[in-house]
Amino acid sequence: MTKDKKHKQQPNRRQALMMMGAAGTAGLMGPMAIGRDRAFAANADASGQLVLAFSQEPTVFNPLMPHIEVDEGLYYAVFDPLFDFDPSGEFFPILAAEVPTVANGGISEDGLSWSLKLKDGVTWHDGTPFTAEDVKFSLELTMDPDFRSFRSTGYKLMRNITVVSDTELTWEMSAPFAPMAAILASTYIIPKHAFDGVADKNNTPFNNAPIGTGPFKFKTRMAGDHIELEANADYHMDGPFLKTLIIKYVPDLNVMYTQFKSGDIDVIGLQYITPDHLAEAETLKGKVVTVAGTATFESLGLNMTRPQFQDRAVRQALYAALDKSSIIEALYYGVPSPTETYMPRQSYYYNPDLPKHEFSIDKANAILDEAGWMRGPDGIREKNGVKLVFSNSTTAGNHLREQAQQFMQQTFSQIGVKMEIKNLPPAVMWGDYWMNSEFDSVVVGLNALAGADPDTSNYFMSTMSPALGGSGQNTFAYQNPKVDELLVKGAATFVPEQRKAIYEEIQMIIREDLPFLPMFQYAVIKGWKDDVTGPAPNVNNRIDTWNVRDWKRG
Amino acid sequence: MLRYILSRLGQSLVLLLIVSFIGFAVLTLAPGGPLSQFALSPGMTQEQIEKIAAQMGLDRPVAVQYFDWLRHLVVGDWGTSYRDGQSVLHVIGSHLFATLLLMGSATVISVSLGSTIGIFSALRRRSGFDYTMTVLAMIALSIPTFWFGLIAIYVFSLNLGWLPAGNMYTVGDGSVLDYLRHLIMPAAVLALVDVAIWSRYMRTSTLNVINQDFVRTARAKGLTRRRVVLKHIVGNSLVPMITLAGLQLPMVLGGALVTETVFTWPGMGRLFLDSLGYSDYPVVMGLLMASAILVLIGNLAADLIVALIDPRIRLD
Repeated sequence: MTKDKKHKQQPNRRQALMMMGAAGTAGLMGPMAIGRDRAFAANADASGQLVLAFSQEPTVFNPLMPHIEVDEGLYYAVFDPLFDFDPSGEFFPILAAEVPTVANGGISEDGLSWSLKLKDGVTWHDGTPFTAEDVKFSLELTMDPDFRSFRSTGYKLMRNITVVSDTELTWEMSAPFAPMAAILASTYIIPKHAFDGVADKNNTPFNNAPIGTGPFKFKTRMAGDHIELEANADYHMDGPFLKTLIIKYVPDLNVMYTQFKSGDIDVIGLQYITPDHLAEAETLKGKVVTVAGTATFESLGLNMTRPQFQDRAVRQALYAALDKSSIIEALYYGVPSPTETYMPRQSYYYNPDLPKHEFSIDKANAILDEAGWMRGPDGIREKNGVKLVFSNSTTAGNHLREQAQQFMQQTFSQIGVKMEIKNLPPAVMWGDYWMNSEFDSVVVGLNALAGADPDTSNYFMSTMSPALGGSGQNTFAYQNPKVDELLVKGAATFVPEQRKAIYEEIQMIIREDLPFLPMFQYAVIKGWKDDVTGPAPNVNNRIDTWNVRDWKRG
Repeated sequence: MLRYILSRLGQSLVLLLIVSFIGFAVLTLAPGGPLSQFALSPGMTQEQIEKIAAQMGLDRPVAVQYFDWLRHLVVGDWGTSYRDGQSVLHVIGSHLFATLLLMGSATVISVSLGSTIGIFSALRRRSGFDYTMTVLAMIALSIPTFWFGLIAIYVFSLNLGWLPAGNMYTVGDGSVLDYLRHLIMPAAVLALVDVAIWSRYMRTSTLNVINQDFVRTARAKGLTRRRVVLKHIVGNSLVPMITLAGLQLPMVLGGALVTETVFTWPGMGRLFLDSLGYSDYPVVMGLLMASAILVLIGNLAADLIVALIDPRIRLD
């Protein structure tokens, strides 16, 4: 489970930077365009009740504190970020009057000075006016040494956050950092006045009774069961269209599906319908069921510090001997789609021209023969005293992965490679064992993007490997100076079209180097009653409620 | 009697201390911990995790953490949940009603029904009724609750549509009738197994009493069968049940994990599992201590009650 948790939105795509000229003319998806102000709002018709189910319980209500994916399901209802991503990866403004870009002067050419204009007339749920002071407070709180802050990436580069007026603020960056826009898109703004006179910011009444500017007001929580939210009649955008939104906690996925079938649940959320129920779910009357790609990719990750994996030929041979389609069809009911990269296919930055994987034991054997890896008396290949024997680890108890490992073990044995399975309980697996690269190889689902920005420095930059003395998530200990250079360049480039070329090249190099053998891009099966409109897959956001303001019934 | 109670309480304190020490050690020495769930969060760094750990005091030696926790517990501070920042007593309290409602109903059904069946089985030993009940009890004991719960949902919710498929009440309704409709299935599923257990115990206990001399004497002096059963048999055969009830007390408050999961009932069993999954040490320790206290109280109370009503037993 741990491995599925994704956080932090980083960069994203079309950084808005260029393209959105005037306040939101460009690039917004239809219904969300900027004009969605109170003047147009149909807030009066908020009606009906909707039950949205999650298999985990949202419990952390301060969005700047450490939280998990499901907590964001609540944040989108109660809070607002400054701007957010639509499904095509474009920004649209929420609390901001316009999304800052180089073109509109919101970001300086060198990326070091930012200025941000906010909407006028927005109020918090308790009636207090929302101002630039709240934004400054939220951004600065992330770096408060006494505050239990979830993240520091990006924020720690911000200097001199200055409130110019109630609706405008500026700041400097100590280095150009294109992913900053995506980080801001996942920064929910919290009210400064809720922290006035609070001695311990980690422990305030706000933590249990959140106040936001979002489409729904927090009403009650019944611990272990549900959270009840009610429409915010003064919402500053179109919507909400539901009078009551119930976020229901259903811990078991079979039970969740049963309650979806029986009609007790209107929208089935995280972790969705399990693949074994897909065939039946599609035949259900009065329900809409749809498969949507996520930003998480499954791979066989290699520890590049191990002598077995130094030779690229070995990695290529292992990839050729990986029977992806059998794994996807036999174990995952064909729901996820095979991939060659870490980039979701729905992303603007996805490179569609990567070489296609082809499962061939003969080819794998030929590659190893040619590279001089010869079979020993025990049938296992070796070269210069290094035997092709390694362990493979993943979360113990994850049955699908455990079966996938057996597929791999079998096909690898046909090319003279011995893979031993060594699985560990989640807390051990994803602790130091993973972070300090103590494994030989792993089966892991990762979202390297951390949001919609294509920057993956944290995962593929050589300085980001704890095993090589760095600090980051490069647990494959991948090192390629060319990739390092491109990642640095990409993070300092603010024009989406230019960034696309950079990240496509990175995907190509990584596809050739194969520090991990990409298997498939995860997909989930979403479902809702057919009288519900609004839910829309958005690979650029972590969770379905990103547009809950638009959801309606009937 | 007072001396006995005091010495039992003294022993209990020592036991609690041992339980707390073992519990705390097992929890904190297990790998992982409350921050491991953030390890794969995009953009999370080891550095940031270490910083959060230091802020939460998780970087201190286990012994220091234990004595700090104990010191607070002694003055009535049970700590604060890592998960939602509420005090542990509040967290436990917020699950108490749901647990008492479900477990209370199930216990009332199972004790009354189970005892009745047990007595009748014993009185009509080797009758058709006795055999039928024995077989049914064996079946009930061998059916996994999870499966039985799902079958009940399948039949009564999905097919017949008579009862809701889970939850404690309908949000927005919450009338007594609404609660009852939601209560029927989980309480019945839980009670099924317990009825079987209680009826078996009761049957054995009644059989023991029936063969005693005083029952024969009562019959011999010409009492009506009704009077013999009600006055001499039932009362005496219930005595061992008191000890059983004492053992049952912590179960009533501990909740029923499986049934709560199948019927999405927000009780104590699920709280325990969720807190374990999250490594929410303060809540897990709180639940552990609470149930240890209940076990001790339940046993002590049962012993005292038995001593009070059974003149053959003296505690001093």
